[in-house]
Amino acid sequence: MAILSAWALALAATLTLLLMPAAQAQATRDYISIVGSSTVYPFSTVAAERFGRGTDFPTPKIESTGSGGGLKLFCSGVGIQHPDITNSSRRIKQSEIDSCAKNGVNGIVEVKIGYDGIVLANAKGAHRYQLTRQQVFLALARDIPDSDGAGLIPNPHKTWSDIAPNLPAIPIEVLGPPPTSGTRDAFVELVMDAGCQSFPLIENLAGNARDAACYTLREDGAFIEAGENDNLIVQKLEANPTALGIFGYSFLDQNQDKVQGSPIDGIEPNFDSIADGSYPVSRPLFSYVKSMHMDEIPGMAEFLAELTSEAAWGDFGYLSDRGLIPLPESERQAVLSAIKERAHVNLAP
Amino acid sequence: MNRQRPGPPEPVASSPAARAEFGRRLARRNRQESRFRLAGLCAVLAGLAFLAFFFLTLIGNAYTAFAQTHILLDVELSAAAIDPEGTRNRQTLGRADYQGLIRNALRQQFPAVTRRGDLRQLFALVSPGAGFDLRKQVLANPGLIGQKQRFWLAADDDVDMLIKGHMNRSAPESQRRINDRQLAWIEQLEAAGRIERQFNHRFFISGDSRDPEMSGIRSAVAGSFYMLLVTLALSFPLGVATAIYLEEFAPKNRWTDLVEVNINNLAAVPSIVFGLLGLALFINLFGLPRSVPLVGGLVLTLMTLPVVIIAARAALTSVPPSIREAALGVGASKMQAIFHHVMPLALPGMLTGTIIGMARALGESAPLLMIGMVAFIVDVPESPLDPSAALPVQIYLWADSPERAFVERTSAAILVLLAFLLVMNAGAILLRKRYEKHG
Repeated sequence: MAILSAWALALAATLTLLLMPAAQAQATRDYISIVGSSTVYPFSTVAAERFGRGTDFPTPKIESTGSGGGLKLFCSGVGIQHPDITNSSRRIKQSEIDSCAKNGVNGIVEVKIGYDGIVLANAKGAHRYQLTRQQVFLALARDIPDSDGAGLIPNPHKTWSDIAPNLPAIPIEVLGPPPTSGTRDAFVELVMDAGCQSFPLIENLAGNARDAACYTLREDGAFIEAGENDNLIVQKLEANPTALGIFGYSFLDQNQDKVQGSPIDGIEPNFDSIADGSYPVSRPLFSYVKSMHMDEIPGMAEFLAELTSEAAWGDFGYLSDRGLIPLPESERQAVLSAIKERAHVNLAP
Repeated sequence: MNRQRPGPPEPVASSPAARAEFGRRLARRNRQESRFRLAGLCAVLAGLAFLAFFFLTLIGNAYTAFAQTHILLDVELSAAAIDPEGTRNRQTLGRADYQGLIRNALRQQFPAVTRRGDLRQLFALVSPGAGFDLRKQVLANPGLIGQKQRFWLAADDDVDMLIKGHMNRSAPESQRRINDRQLAWIEQLEAAGRIERQFNHRFFISGDSRDPEMSGIRSAVAGSFYMLLVTLALSFPLGVATAIYLEEFAPKNRWTDLVEVNINNLAAVPSIVFGLLGLALFINLFGLPRSVPLVGGLVLTLMTLPVVIIAARAALTSVPPSIREAALGVGASKMQAIFHHVMPLALPGMLTGTIIGMARALGESAPLLMIGMVAFIVDVPESPLDPSAALPVQIYLWADSPERAFVERTSAAILVLLAFLLVMNAGAILLRKRYEKHG
């Protein structure tokens, strides 16, 4: 019967399909597997594509899993089923190094690839906000010190002019990334924490209470979690010119005709101010490399050489065309020698 | 259908008052009916309006993606630069700096540009991937070496956006990604007829790329194809066998009822749950690699199976019992009755259900997230064991990219996905039509 034989064929094909990988999974992997931050993804992918086209190695596979998710996968073990490199928009934590070590992942090489600025921006043509980090804290923190500095009160500010008279009487509305995002972590750390430090009342609180006061954003509608997609935030800003959005500098760079970045503490967010460190809200981006895989997976050393070549991460490299802010020459040299010596990451200094 | 319902039989002894009352009631019932019809029509029209809006915005965004701006340049394929030793060795040819040749061609086109910074801006007009295209052409035809040839080379995505009108030429310089000097060069090229929009074949034949003008859906389509192949090969035989057993052989008791309830329940489970199951089972337990279509297909099989089983059982139930009984009556065994008489009648219905399940699997991205298929894949996968993405995943990744030119490509990829879904669903309808005719 035709149907029956077709079934037998399909089943046989299926069984072969199922048995093949069991044998292959033990063998080798000829491509590099990279996971990690969605902020580093646009840079890492460009380098991977160049590497794939310019050499005989296959193009590395890059998953966008978020910084924390990437480190978790990265630290899950040694062997071809685990990723070789993870990207992160924040530095690795000691707890993560420990959990790596527990799974046998001992040699982690830290490759700092450049800086990324976080910008507060709104639609072009609308009022251009000039903000300080303290003002942003007062606009977005859930609890703020009351006027006589006696205690914390729920944030009463409805419009920007409630915070400072020179700001416009426009309702506070800020679109930003959700807590799972590395951009959110960095924003909270670089803006909210810094804004916090100007209030002795909060600084004097005990550790956890201080962190809660500094890191908790409003939940009354003034701060809106707009999802991980930065393009979506840009589109929403166009539709709503009075709202501010929080996203990475590369999206401002690509959408200069649609959105304008707000100066923070009087410094404009642009390439030069982020590169020389004067713009206060910038963070380093990292790739973490499993040194135990360097000799196992073909092309690892060559890929790192591509990523850290002058043509890629140099002052006029293709990564800077994508909005990555290059490291100063001295830092680049330090990273290069760390790769060469396979120096393990050390959080101590 | 008649608009007017036939009235009840004429009342026997009807007074004029009773007749008037009857007429009033009839008119009221007719009014109610026409109101109901109107409401139904409005509902359909509202649905169609949303659909039309969806398609119009989608096509409006997408159609420009099927063309790509190209720049005509006279490239000197000098033997000294490509093949200095004259060996025509493929490796030597492959290593040459083709982007450099394109840069030289641009310099010849604009001899007045000499400052380093200006040159950088000039070189940025042509896609950084154009050199790879040139390389491919030279490798395919080494006879070109030593000649000066005219090539249409892909323009950079910013130039492409400008030519397509997505960037405002009259905006102040600081508000566009093409500066005034570059704009002047582009206008010179346009005046010389050296800029042209051509069919964007790369969109269909190349894999993902971070340069929008070089990106395509081929690797994603191949990934989706292998995944569906695995899903079909597993879910159809398994689903049909389950349906036949449950429908024809299994005793009706509490256990089969429990199985049935569970199958119906599984059909409604959110797809991300199957992704989590796949991660735990296939990757963590069986040690299959991440990001491969085989695992994707297995996960989608789990998701599609209940749909196939339910459709196949419905198809089996709808075969008239007389056919089974007649077969059994002339001495066929139960299996012969099923495979020779019931199955041929039920098969179109089963296939319809399977195709609809497949179409759902094709559009699925959530479970693929968990098994690592949301990934940047350039190389086109050649087997179900090569890392690959899928079409819906490609859409998600492009929607998340900062470059403006990916906006139109996202819409174009959605159109391609919709076209595939349309073809599959149309196939299902055709099969059902055939079934109805024979059934």
